[in-house]
Amino acid sequence: MTFITPVLNYTLLSPILILLAGALVGVLIEAFVSKTLRSTAQLSITIGTLVLSLTQVWKIRNEESTLVAMGSVVIDGPAILLQASILIISIISIFVIADTDHFTALAAALPGSDEERHSVESGNQVTEVYPLTLFAISGMMLFPVATDLITLFVALEMLSLPLYLLAGLSRRRRLASQESALKYFLLGAFSSAFFLLGMAYLYGYSASVTFAGIRASVVGGSGNDVLLLIGIAFVSIGLLFKVGAVPFHAWSPDVYQGAPTPITGFMAAATKIAAFGAMLRIYYTVFANAQWSWSPALSAIAIITMLFGSLVAIAQRDVKRMLAYSSIAHAGFLLSGVIALNKAGLDASIFYLFAYGVATVGAFAVVTLVRDSAGEVTDLNRWKGLGKRSPWVATTFAAFLLAFAGIPLTSGFIGKFAIFSAAYESGAKAVVIAGILSSAIAAFFYIRVIVLMFFTDPVQDGTSVQIPSALTRITVIFAIILTIALGVFPAPLLSFITDLATFIR
Amino acid sequence: MMWLTILMLLPIVGAGAIAILPKKNEKLTKQAALATTLIVMATTMAMARGFERDNVELQYVEKYSWIPAFGINYALGIDGLALVLILMSTILAPVVVLAGWNESHGGRWSVKTFYILILVLETMMIGVFAATDLFLFYVIFEAMLIPVYFLIGGYGTGERSAAAVKFLIYSLFGGLLMLASIIALYVISGAQGGHSFDLTQLSDLEMSSTTQNLLFLGFFIAFAIKAPLWPLHTWLPDAAHSATPGTSVLLLGVLDKVGTFGMIRYCLTLFPEASKTFTPLILVLAVISIIYGAILAIGQRDLKRLIAFTSISHFGFITMGIFAMTSQGHSGATLYMFNHGFSTAALFLVGGWMMTRRGSSKIADFGGLQRITPVMAWMFFLAGMSSLALPGLSSFVSEFLVLVGTFTRYPVHAVIATFGVVLAALYILIPVQKALHGPTTPGNEALSDLNLREKIAIAPIMAIIISLGFYPSPLLNVINPAASHVIAQLGFTDPVPTSGGK
Repeated sequence: MTFITPVLNYTLLSPILILLAGALVGVLIEAFVSKTLRSTAQLSITIGTLVLSLTQVWKIRNEESTLVAMGSVVIDGPAILLQASILIISIISIFVIADTDHFTALAAALPGSDEERHSVESGNQVTEVYPLTLFAISGMMLFPVATDLITLFVALEMLSLPLYLLAGLSRRRRLASQESALKYFLLGAFSSAFFLLGMAYLYGYSASVTFAGIRASVVGGSGNDVLLLIGIAFVSIGLLFKVGAVPFHAWSPDVYQGAPTPITGFMAAATKIAAFGAMLRIYYTVFANAQWSWSPALSAIAIITMLFGSLVAIAQRDVKRMLAYSSIAHAGFLLSGVIALNKAGLDASIFYLFAYGVATVGAFAVVTLVRDSAGEVTDLNRWKGLGKRSPWVATTFAAFLLAFAGIPLTSGFIGKFAIFSAAYESGAKAVVIAGILSSAIAAFFYIRVIVLMFFTDPVQDGTSVQIPSALTRITVIFAIILTIALGVFPAPLLSFITDLATFIR
Repeated sequence: MMWLTILMLLPIVGAGAIAILPKKNEKLTKQAALATTLIVMATTMAMARGFERDNVELQYVEKYSWIPAFGINYALGIDGLALVLILMSTILAPVVVLAGWNESHGGRWSVKTFYILILVLETMMIGVFAATDLFLFYVIFEAMLIPVYFLIGGYGTGERSAAAVKFLIYSLFGGLLMLASIIALYVISGAQGGHSFDLTQLSDLEMSSTTQNLLFLGFFIAFAIKAPLWPLHTWLPDAAHSATPGTSVLLLGVLDKVGTFGMIRYCLTLFPEASKTFTPLILVLAVISIIYGAILAIGQRDLKRLIAFTSISHFGFITMGIFAMTSQGHSGATLYMFNHGFSTAALFLVGGWMMTRRGSSKIADFGGLQRITPVMAWMFFLAGMSSLALPGLSSFVSEFLVLVGTFTRYPVHAVIATFGVVLAALYILIPVQKALHGPTTPGNEALSDLNLREKIAIAPIMAIIISLGFYPSPLLNVINPAASHVIAQLGFTDPVPTSGGK
């Protein structure tokens, strides 16, 4: 057996490598830098890393699409777009995460213990949230560019494990937070097992773990179709779990509610981009020629996901749970972009992912601002009359909700139009009709929140809006401007995406 | 010169100016709003002077690429139909501002917000009639729900938020059905020579009759919700009941016209075959609306709900005129849209003054107003007469044209609809009798008559109602070519009267 020296194209891999390096520096800072400087140092290192990585992505955007790292990773147009989206979303999420008030002072301390109280009193806030987030982001960056099953699985775990931890870091209601983390972890591990099993079947089918190898077998039609079908089904379950599609959505409402709100926003936006990015790559390239075998099932899942998410969201009384179900519905809308399986579908999905991600981070950032003396208030009944007390915060939140609902002049409308027209073009009419129907249902609960905020009189219960920190303010303002701008002038971004988004196989 | 864009920009500029005015100075805010709407009205009239009446092509055309990835343009242009409706909207806007000078005080939010919403709405009202790109039209069509929603929910009375939500949900539902049809049209256009939303290109698409029928329904249901056609009308009485009189004028007078306008501009032009297929059904619904709206109006005890139901009856006439597929019917329907805007405005505004003075909207609470407040009573009487289409007032001409236009092709429908005219006399004369005549109801003795501001506000409406009643030709000269053009495009020729004609 001969050993082949790995050839790595460091330029093209640099965005991911920078992130990993930044994360490691973060770990060192956590260990060695004094308490007073720690949080500033962490924040600047994290932002610096992300910005550096983003500039690197920008620099390589026009490089010729190619397989790097021995065919395990590909950098092509969609890869650049997805990575850039993840980084932009991460940067604005970090601004909200920087408000360390949301995180437990000492994650290792038992909830309610003396140790916990002591660390809060002494102001000994640990800041491991930054390196953890960076690790998660590097996993997310790798996930949609992986071109073999092993790398894909490594990336999946790389993005998931830090997220499990992050979900359990909430300062308030720590038990609920830890419960959600455990639930997320167990179900996540479960879905990873499915994913691995699917990988094994695909290997059994094609005798290859690379996407190119599997694709060749699918195109050639040689091999046992039963193995292929089982492989597709199990790998799909793993991916559908990550995006929160019905019936693999059970974790998401609890995790959305239990996790610290800045993490929820980050997770909801960035994980979706990574997971859908990987999904688009796999279905558009590897399984494209087996469309007959997965398209009907995926259509059914998309329809159920949209309708279920919108219907159950109506019954929610908690703003974070409501947004969780709304994100389930959006996962369904996004699935119609996967089903479309055409160029328009790919462009539309990338646009939708970015637009939805920005609005999601913005919406959760607003949620962090509504508080009482015990922390955030997520009970919708206590949001009554918010429009009267803090008109700007309420108006902003309303604008995000209208974007989620897909009202014209917001990015959500353009995204919805693009993705549904692509799906319709490919003949998935049932999905489009279900999508439009669930949009109508979804509009109902978004509007109900607007009614609560604007048309109901405030209750005197001490709920108030915290004056946002400068960083959170940047996030909210950036998100709202982008949400409106992409609704009114989407042309530049759309044509940028159209020019760039072509998968290489 | 970019007339239409300028028209759309003016209210936005006004709204921006109001936004930076000091919040305390409410009077200045109102004056700024009035000045803006007056400037818009004057600009519209200046533009209308240059309109070539006999030219059936779109005029004042503007076209810029907006979202090239989807073939979407920012395209504007007007024909006689659109011009008439834009004129109506821009004349009504200053009237509403002046007439409802104090309307914004009972709101949840500031006076400033009220006028910003009104002005933003005015921009959209102009845009929705001027758009010639289907996507642009849809965007404005949906976006204009938002200001109206906040106007009803924020400044209305009674169950305002419930009414606002009902209005929004109904409209959004219709809008989404239309979106489905639009997506389908977009995809079909992509398969036949490139994605486009241009109306002329879309009208040349080839579709199977099933596709055409389904897409037609998507559009038609959306428009039938807007221009409330039985059985999709139930949101209207609630919305009109809760909204302020000024908002109701804009809602019934202008926004609901988008529905009937859309039927002509979009349903008939894009789906001529399907329109013919569904004509019998739609005519029946229209006749039911006429009779049903009138009967329910008779039974109303509340003045605002009464006016809302009369409008349902009137929209039945307009829809019937449109789908009678004759040029008289079309001209009549278009003129009806214009006239209905003013007669409803008159009813709502005068009714609104009566209600604010009395503090009640129940018809039974009024009585003897003729003696106490003669000017107001006469104005209400005139408005009512216009609503029942008394000869000599403008709405008579349009109602007559619609009935004649329908009779030549669908005599049975026209005859049944004529009963609507009889019922109209009832639903107007009953409140006139109860509210204006008879003994003075206790509590009414001290009501004050119209003040100068109110007289100035109502004067132009009355002038239009009366002058167009005697001399409708300036308007008909603009409308007729457009109406005949639509009918000719659909391949219809007007039936020749078989008896009694020469």
